[in-house]
Amino acid sequence: MITTRSLSQTFRTRRGREMVDVEAVRGVDLHVAEGEIVSFLGPNGAGKTTTLRMLTTLLRPTAGTATVAGHDVLTEAVAVRRSIGYVSQSGSTSSVARAGEEVIDHGMLYGISRAQAEQRGRELFDQLALDGLWDRQPKSMSGGQRRRLDIAMGLIHDPRLIFLDEPTTGLDPQARVNLWQHIADLRDRLGATIFLTTHYLDEADALSDRVIVIDNGRIIADDTPERLKQQVSGDLVDLELADVVQVPLAAKHLEVHGQVDTDGRHVRTRLPHAGAVVPALLRDLEAEGITLSHLEIRRPTLDDVFLTLTGRSLREAA
Amino acid sequence: MRFARESFIVFRRQLRMNLRNPAWVIIGLTQPVLYLLLFGPLLEPMTAQFGAQNAYTFFVPGLLVQLGVFGAFFAGFGLIAEWREGVVEAERVTPAGRTALLVGRLGRDLLQILAQAIVLCALGYALGMRASVTGLVIGVLLTVLLGAACSAASYAVALTTKSEDVMAPILNSVLLPVLLLSGILLPMTLGPVWLQTVSDYMPIKHVVDGVRSSFAGDLASSSVAWGSAWAVVLTGLAVYWGTSTFRKENA
Repeated sequence: MITTRSLSQTFRTRRGREMVDVEAVRGVDLHVAEGEIVSFLGPNGAGKTTTLRMLTTLLRPTAGTATVAGHDVLTEAVAVRRSIGYVSQSGSTSSVARAGEEVIDHGMLYGISRAQAEQRGRELFDQLALDGLWDRQPKSMSGGQRRRLDIAMGLIHDPRLIFLDEPTTGLDPQARVNLWQHIADLRDRLGATIFLTTHYLDEADALSDRVIVIDNGRIIADDTPERLKQQVSGDLVDLELADVVQVPLAAKHLEVHGQVDTDGRHVRTRLPHAGAVVPALLRDLEAEGITLSHLEIRRPTLDDVFLTLTGRSLREAA
Repeated sequence: MRFARESFIVFRRQLRMNLRNPAWVIIGLTQPVLYLLLFGPLLEPMTAQFGAQNAYTFFVPGLLVQLGVFGAFFAGFGLIAEWREGVVEAERVTPAGRTALLVGRLGRDLLQILAQAIVLCALGYALGMRASVTGLVIGVLLTVLLGAACSAASYAVALTTKSEDVMAPILNSVLLPVLLLSGILLPMTLGPVWLQTVSDYMPIKHVVDGVRSSFAGDLASSSVAWGSAWAVVLTGLAVYWGTSTFRKENA
C-alpha cells in the first residue's frame, strides 16, 4: 500500500541572520502491506508528521519517491487523494459548523452525491458512537467526540488506506482506549490499511502489527512490537530490600547475571527469561539472610527499546 | 463541470456559516447605510468644487469601491481561523481542484459585495443620485471584479502568514496608501499636480475613475476602458496568486 525510497524533506529556515537547511526527514524507506496496522513511533520533532504530510500529498518531497495506494505522490497526486483518508492532528471541521453538514460537504468534495454522503455519514456516526450528534456544533462536543468526528470525515469516501496523525493526543485515558477500539475495528471490519503516528508507546504496542521507530528523520527500527522488545536484553528485575545495609551483598549475587544498578534499597538488573531464573535467585538470597520487601519483574516496553536504540528515553525526548 | 461543482460546494458551505451569524449580515448591510447617511451630507456643500452636478452621483461610486475593497481585504482573517481548525488542510487532502477551493470562497465574498452594492445604490437613488441603469450595472460589475482581486490577494496573504498578528500590519500598510491615493473619498483632481502624478501609479485609482465615469453615464470614456482593463488584470493576477498559495506545499 505504501512504498517509499529515500523519501526526504529539507526545510530552509532562518536561524538568526543566516538561512539554514533543516533536514526533517532523511532518506526514509517504508513498506506497508495491505491490511496492516503500522505505527510510526518517535519523539516530537522526529519527522513523523512531515513524513505523513508527504505521503498524503500535502507536502512535496524534496528528494526520493513515494507510491501510495498504487499511485505516485508527485505525478498522480489526485489519484492518491482519492484513495486515502487522512485524519490530521489539527482537526478538520469548523467549530461553528454543524457536524453532519461538514461530513456531507467533505464527502461531496470527493465527488460523492449528496444523498450518498449523507447515508454514509450517518452510518459512520452510528459506528463511531456519534449518534445524536449530527446537528451538533463541534465546539460543543467532547475531545473524544471531536476526534471521532475527524475520523468520520476521513472515512466518508471509504478509503482503503487511512492515515491518522497522533489520533489520541490530548484525550483522557478512557477516550484513548475507546478510540483504539474504533481504530482496530476499521481494519477488522473494513479491511483498511492503517498508518498512524504516535509518541505513545502503549498506543503503538496496543494497536499495531508493526512499529517503525523514527528519530532525527531516520528510521532506526522496524519490526513487530514483540520482536522489538526481544532486542532489549531481558526483563527488568527490581528487588526492594527490607534493610539498606544488605544492598551490597544482594548486588554481588546479582552481578553474576550482568550489570547491576543500585538506588537506595533497590537493586535492579536485566535477566533474559527472568521467570525461569528468579526462583533460584530468591532461594540464594534467602539462604544469605537477605529479606525482600518488594519484588517486581517487568517485561521490556517500547520505551526500553527506544532507550536501547538511541540511549535516550522516549519520555525525555518527547 | 467538476470545477463548478466543487466551487459551489465550497461556496455553499461558506455562505451557510456566514448567514448563521447574524452579526455578519447586519454589519455588512448597515455599513453602506452609515456611510451614506453620516458622510454624504458633509460632501454636499463641496459638490461644486469637484466639478460635479450631484453629490451622490459623485460620492456613491467611491463608497462602492471602498466597501468592495475594504470588505474583501479582510476576508483573509476568516481563512486563518479556518486554517487553524484544520479545515484548509482537510479540503486540500481531497481531490478537489485548488482553484475551486479559492473560487468558492471568492463567490461568497462577491455575493456580499453585491448585496452591499444593491443597498448602497438603492439608498443613493433615494437621496437623489442620478445614474443610468446601464452605467450603474457596469459600475457595480467593475467593483465586484476589483473586490475579487482584493479578496484573492487577502487569502494569499492569509495562507502565507497564517497569523492575524502578522497579517494586520501588512493590510494596514497596504490599505492606507490605497485609500489616500485612489480618490475613493475625494477626487485626486483636487490635489496638486505631484499628488495626481503619484496617484496615477495606483491601479485602484483607475478603477475608481472608471466606476465614477460609468455612473455619470460616460460609458464610452477612456476611464471606463482603463478601469475595466485594470480590474481584469488585477483579478487575474490575484486569483493566480491565491490559487498558488492553496496549492503550495506548506500551506
